[in-house]
Amino acid sequence: MEIVERLLNHSRLALSKAITAVENEYDDAVKIMTEIYPHTGNAYVLGITGPPGAGKSTLTDGLAKEYRKRGKTVGIVAIDPTSPYSGGAILGDRIRMMDLMSDEGIFVRSMATRGSLGGLSQKTGDAVKLMDAFGMDVIIVETVGVGQSEVDIVKTADTSMVVVIPGMGDDIQAIKAGILEIGDLFTINKADREGTDKLNIEIEMMLELNPERVAWRPPINRTIASKGIGIEAVIDSIEAHKNYLIESGRLAEIRRARIKNEVTAMLNDRVNRYIDKNVVETPEFEETVRKLQTREIEPYSVVDKIVGNVLK
Amino acid sequence: MANIRVLVAKPGLDGHDRGAKVVARALRDAGFEVIYTGIRLTPEQIAEAALQDDVNVVALSLLSGAHNTLFPKVVELLKEKGLTDVLVIGGGVIPAADIPGLKAAGIKEVFTPGTPTSDIVKFINENVKA
Ligand code: B12
Ligand SMILES: Nc1nc2c(ncn2[C@@H]2O[C@H](COP(=O)(O)OP(=O)(O)OP(=O)(O)O)[C@@H](O)[C@H]2O)c(=O)[nH]1
Ligand SMILES: [Mg+2]
Repeated sequence: MEIVERLLNHSRLALSKAITAVENEYDDAVKIMTEIYPHTGNAYVLGITGPPGAGKSTLTDGLAKEYRKRGKTVGIVAIDPTSPYSGGAILGDRIRMMDLMSDEGIFVRSMATRGSLGGLSQKTGDAVKLMDAFGMDVIIVETVGVGQSEVDIVKTADTSMVVVIPGMGDDIQAIKAGILEIGDLFTINKADREGTDKLNIEIEMMLELNPERVAWRPPINRTIASKGIGIEAVIDSIEAHKNYLIESGRLAEIRRARIKNEVTAMLNDRVNRYIDKNVVETPEFEETVRKLQTREIEPYSVVDKIVGNVLK
Repeated sequence: MANIRVLVAKPGLDGHDRGAKVVARALRDAGFEVIYTGIRLTPEQIAEAALQDDVNVVALSLLSGAHNTLFPKVVELLKEKGLTDVLVIGGGVIPAADIPGLKAAGIKEVFTPGTPTSDIVKFINENVKA
């Protein structure tokens, strides 16, 4: 396809249009992804999550600049929530990354979560692949650590970084339950604020309690992202994690698990759509539901019968 | 599932951002995906952000008086980057006498103080090629 050729020849416009095609599920999206697939698998993927306003975008901006100094090209996928009321969104991550616009070795794409739960991970994964095929060495995915789907996305990264800030009070409890266990590294941003030492101790204690973390102990870095302080140490930690993953053979395992998840999700998606179209949205199905309501039939044999017909 | 994407940006040194934020929120509430890029941007930064985010609309806000040079510059750079089907609109403190010149330079519509945001939403809905 022409768009794929142009993308592989570093057309930024082609990359941008290709991401739109997958995001909007245009007719040519599957064809684009099919042709792009052999050219993927080269980029290193970093997931960044944390509470709203923690400084994730400011940090991403700093990390991208530091990677550039180290000779790497950087793709960024920045995800913000869609408003459930209007379906619209304000995508505000880019505001912290406007200096990056004059660098051809960087490409930033803002994405809204839109409606679908599983859909988001797949679309993010596709956007990452497109940037990978384009030739970006490192791809950073930023999401707010609030919903399960956002956390799922970060989990699929090679290295996941959790950003926390001092002074969150009991919020640390909520985070503990959700995103703390996914962190391969922790960054305490806004370290210019009071409570940094206390937060550091809390995270350390929590990590002590996690028996799974024996081979790799997540480092805790401190940054003041708004002043560009501490960024180099964060990259050093990411590199250390990457080396650990490579040497231990974990990287290949993580990537195999990611591919398995992706294909499983694609299969589920295809089967769901098939069932919706050919079973759920038929008049016979309405009739079945009516009979179920009046208890003329029961659902277990209905399901057996339909599955027998559809998936034989 | 295609959403209309709008880049809201302020070129130049103007720091009046209230209007741009009001417009950004109104567009979000109308169901658009709004990329808000903040103040003090160069036309090049704005055009490149428009390319990377593949927006349908570039919405420029200026209250400082520099619109006659900065708005057309953005249009020019968008064209240079191959973004030929982007709708460019503007708003802020813009004298009526300047509006014909801006339109001739490719700014499709200009919205001045007091404009109800619903007019802006309507204009976008009617003029974006879906
Ligand atoms: C509030 C205000 C300020 C605030 C700004 C706060 C902020 N963060 O925004 C403060 C006090 C900081 C300020 C400072 C200055 N200001 Co002042 N300010 C105003 C004032 C009174 C109102 C602007 C406003 O917020 N309106 C409310 C918003 C909602 O309306 P709006 O921006 O016009 O937006 C509407 C439309 O224009 C349109 N729109 C706007 N943008 C866009 C974009 C798109 C894409 C679309 C579709 C529509 C759209 O839709 C909006 C909704 O209807 C205006 C006078 C006026 N009546 O406009 C002067 C005014 C803009 N300021 C002026 C000046 C000179 C200054 C200063 C230079 C003063 C000084 N010497 O220090 C500084 C410069 C600040 C800077 N850094 O750039 C002049 C500009 C003169 C000019 N254009 O030639 C004005 C016009 C006052 C005047 N009559 O002299 N200002
Ligand atoms: N004091 C202080 N402020 C910071 C620091 N880093 C970022 N900020 C500020 O924190 C605010 C939020 O920063 P963002 O980078 O937008 O945070 P975010 O986590 O990406 O926010 P969301 O994407 O909205 O969840 C901005 O005003 C930043 O300037 C820091 O180290 N110290
Ligand atoms: Mg952010």
